Amino acid sequence: MASTPAAPAVAPSLVDTLFQRSLNDLVKSLRADPSAAGEAVAVARALSEIHREIRAPDAATKSVALQKLTYLSSLHFAPVGTHLLAFPAIELLASPHLPHKRLAYLAASLSLHPASLSLLPLATHQLHKDLSPSSAGAAHQQHLSALALQLLASPAAAAAPDLPVHLAHDLVPHLARGSPRAIAAAARVIAASPSAAVPVLFKPLAACLASPDPRASTAAAAAFCDLSAPPADATPFLPLAPDLYNLLTTSRSNWALIKVLKVFARLAPLEPRLAARIVDPVCQLLTRSSAMSLTFECIRTVLTALPAHDAAVRLAIGKAKEFVAADDDPNLRYLGLLALGLLGPAYASTVNDCRDAIVKSLGDADTNIRQEALHLIMGMVNENNIMDIAGMLISHVAKSDPEFANDILGAVLAACGHNVYEMVVDFDWYVSLLADMARTLLCAQGDEIGRQLVDVGLRVRDARPELVRSARTLLIDPALLGNHFLFPVLSAAAWVSGEYVDLTKDPVELVEALLQPRTSLLPISVRAVYIHAVFKVITWCFSVYVGRLGDSGMAVDVMFDRLAADQTVGSESNVALVSGEEQDIGASTVRKDPFSHESILYMINLIQTTVGPLINCNEVEVQERALNLIGFVHLVREIQELNKRNVADGDKPSRLEELVKTMQTVFCQELGPVSVNAQMKVATPDGLILNENLVELAGIVSEDDTTPSTSIFFYPCSRHSADTRDELAVSIDSSSLSEHRKRHGLFYLQTGKTEDEPNDYPQANDSLPSSSNNSVNDDKLKTAELVFAGKKSTATKSRPKVVKLDTEDFLSSMMPSANVPKEDPLSGALRDVLLGSDAKALSSQRASDINLEGMLNKTSSNESSSQQIENLGSHPASRSSSRTSKQQNHDKEKGTNPPESDGKEPRKHRSSGRSGHRQGKHKHREKSSTQPDTIPQAPVIQDFLL
Amino acid sequence: MVTNPHRLPQYFLDSFLFLTLVRSASPVQIRFILLQNRQGKTRLARYYVPLEDSEKHKVEYEVHRLVVNRDPKFTNFVEFRTHKVIYRRYAGLFFSLCVDITDNELAYLECIHLFVEILDHFFSNVCELDLVFNFHKVYLILDEFILAGELQETSKRVLLFPS
Repeated sequence: MASTPAAPAVAPSLVDTLFQRSLNDLVKSLRADPSAAGEAVAVARALSEIHREIRAPDAATKSVALQKLTYLSSLHFAPVGTHLLAFPAIELLASPHLPHKRLAYLAASLSLHPASLSLLPLATHQLHKDLSPSSAGAAHQQHLSALALQLLASPAAAAAPDLPVHLAHDLVPHLARGSPRAIAAAARVIAASPSAAVPVLFKPLAACLASPDPRASTAAAAAFCDLSAPPADATPFLPLAPDLYNLLTTSRSNWALIKVLKVFARLAPLEPRLAARIVDPVCQLLTRSSAMSLTFECIRTVLTALPAHDAAVRLAIGKAKEFVAADDDPNLRYLGLLALGLLGPAYASTVNDCRDAIVKSLGDADTNIRQEALHLIMGMVNENNIMDIAGMLISHVAKSDPEFANDILGAVLAACGHNVYEMVVDFDWYVSLLADMARTLLCAQGDEIGRQLVDVGLRVRDARPELVRSARTLLIDPALLGNHFLFPVLSAAAWVSGEYVDLTKDPVELVEALLQPRTSLLPISVRAVYIHAVFKVITWCFSVYVGRLGDSGMAVDVMFDRLAADQTVGSESNVALVSGEEQDIGASTVRKDPFSHESILYMINLIQTTVGPLINCNEVEVQERALNLIGFVHLVREIQELNKRNVADGDKPSRLEELVKTMQTVFCQELGPVSVNAQMKVATPDGLILNENLVELAGIVSEDDTTPSTSIFFYPCSRHSADTRDELAVSIDSSSLSEHRKRHGLFYLQTGKTEDEPNDYPQANDSLPSSSNNSVNDDKLKTAELVFAGKKSTATKSRPKVVKLDTEDFLSSMMPSANVPKEDPLSGALRDVLLGSDAKALSSQRASDINLEGMLNKTSSNESSSQQIENLGSHPASRSSSRTSKQQNHDKEKGTNPPESDGKEPRKHRSSGRSGHRQGKHKHREKSSTQPDTIPQAPVIQDFLL
Repeated sequence: MVTNPHRLPQYFLDSFLFLTLVRSASPVQIRFILLQNRQGKTRLARYYVPLEDSEKHKVEYEVHRLVVNRDPKFTNFVEFRTHKVIYRRYAGLFFSLCVDITDNELAYLECIHLFVEILDHFFSNVCELDLVFNFHKVYLILDEFILAGELQETSKRVLLFPS
């Protein structure tokens, strides 16, 4: 095979040329041993040869060596330093022999690199020489200049800063000649250094646009298309519009037309008259052209740049639909879908017309097409068709590959969850859809599904019954426990079942599901949620049970005699009860009535056998909750035991009752969603002067990140700071906080207390001394009002109210009017401090025992709260905050302490950001039992966080 | 000498489509053009943006991964980082062009085919080995065809038989 341009003009040194291997030989030797090692050997040998040859004084030898080196470097066989290649290349540029020159220019254009720009000045003179007219023949000269222009247009050369300065003038005659190469090179040079090149080159380049030579005008159109491409500003190119328009109407070249259309698409938005001008020629091209690429470019131009011209848009849509319908060409189908995707919502109905074709594309083999179809379908969704579309998409999930299946699920979740479920009308449907999605085989969207399950529960009261039903179906399915993608969903289902346990049909089954053996497969955080859900269920069952005792006409004493008697009957006693057979018997009998004595006993025993071992679990989250639960069960049992021994003691039933009531108050507050923008809702009090310019704060922020967070999340600060030792997080946190306060006291609120008290910063969810009845607040704090959505009085399927934050008012029909306001402690404290003297007026009752300093003092706030909310003492929050903040937010665990003493069940305050507002639940839950009168009557939620 | 080279097909079916486009010079903003065989060996690589060698290696590897397993029924466009790759397979060779995301896909597809036709003419029934042993000629043809990421010349006559 002929290969090298040998034919040396200069007499070569005989030995070198005779024994030099040509490129052909090199390629053959490389291919002789296809293994990687063999190739490496061949390359190394060739390189050492080339190193020797390339230093030869003889141009022929040098050029062959350079050619081989170019081959090796450009196809990545060898790590050839660009310098090694660049220098001989520049040497050879001066060769008078055209093949040598050609090789040299090729090597230079391949090897010149921003890193080797230092060598470029060496070539400048040669370039200048080759570009300028010489005595040689015209054809020869044209070749030379073509080579030089080629190099000039290479990326590295164009990036050289001083090259345009030196050579711009040399380009001008070539531009005037209309050489496409010169035009391309000029465009490169202008783009690289506009300041130097524009004055010289722009005018000749613009003149090329009007050139009668189609090659020149096309090249110029392409050049301007490049130059006006974003991010460049297209405005300077507006004066070229007449020439471009001329080209648009006269050019026969589709390539030129495409480029011109691209330029016009950028110019049209800048100049409204232009759009009106070009719409006709574009439409003509659209109808006439047989070239798909040009047709598509017209469609794109119309849809992006001429949206105001309705007739043109409709024409373009028609063409796009033809593309979509092209069965045999996936490229056209893809582009058709792409074009429809460019349409705004104004043309949603026209897109809807070809819904069938789009849906069909969901099953296409190619990912691009499927993605585009999914995108289009999601764009069609509105509240009328969301059920159809979501159902159709979910049915597609089973047929799709895993990746796309999850794309679909993600899209459906995002669309339905958009702007607080604004498109969902029927939440029963949506909840069961969520459960269905979780159960699809390939689902990996567990996190989002779990989040939405909880979120819907919090926000949509009417959806809760269905939510509990769906959660049940998820929980009782042992197969789901093996799928790690579903853990977040199961966690959410467990939480929902526990939180809204009063809506469940069969608590016994629920407890069984939550304690089934396969739960050992769950990760720690989810197990903790499971155990806690059991706690809630059992507490609720007890309260119903006790309430029933009270409600029934019989005397409580008599009932407890029976209870005690049952206990004695089954009194081969606890040991036997715990055993498995007993449970089985129990399981069959308790089904009928979940609140019978047997069911309760059965559940207690089940809990003891399954949760009992977990109190030795080495994971604190699980251990703690297991201990809580077991502790409660023990307490209850103990009372029964006492009862058994001393039937006459009338005190016991009431003790049991009291205990259960107390436990229930722990869970009685309704949880609500918290707005991200909660902080903004705090009204700026009068008299507070904020610095206009907060530049001073920048110093603090950059110094460290321990500025107390105004967000609702209280992570240990060490998480944010760079130098952390996690185990010390809490202590570091508090000490660095006080340190920070010392340094930047200016920006802290006045506390009246000296710093150093690590506890003096209010916790996010302290129960506040605010249960006091201060309706005075109401009018002042309107911004922060959250009122729950009313329950629909009608039984029809109209859309239930969704609790949305950031909208002003929600009517609360769930809340009795005699509600007591409850503030978030942090914002309340802030506000009180900010308001200063007003505080007294605001909370008259509070003012008596809490002074302003005390508001920021954790302990005093605790005291006051426990004075006012009996049974709801707040727990020192440091511990719970360090714990729960670790936890995933959506767990929404409500931590509880083990019931250590009668009558007082301290409630852990979650610092995870959901401010605990559960008052609403009070009423809800206590239907069948009496309310302890110590608990404040269903307080109104008055919250700055909302 | 390795035998059994992959013969490239003479023309592809929808050539009427590109014939409407080929008549005169046309520009394209191209980032790079790659010729790779199925094993991922690069037969031709021309970059119109400056890249480090290591980066070129990575690009070639990634592009090969992207295109090699695609079914013929798929579209000829693949997203590649922030750009897209328009590719076309001829026997065992993949011709890949990397362009802007908003550029005209169909035009590049035709551009690839034109390049293949030119090679076919020049080597009269081109095969992979022709490209391997005549790499500098392929470069020269490519440079006549595409300059600075712009299509220079689409007339086969001008390209192959310059006056």
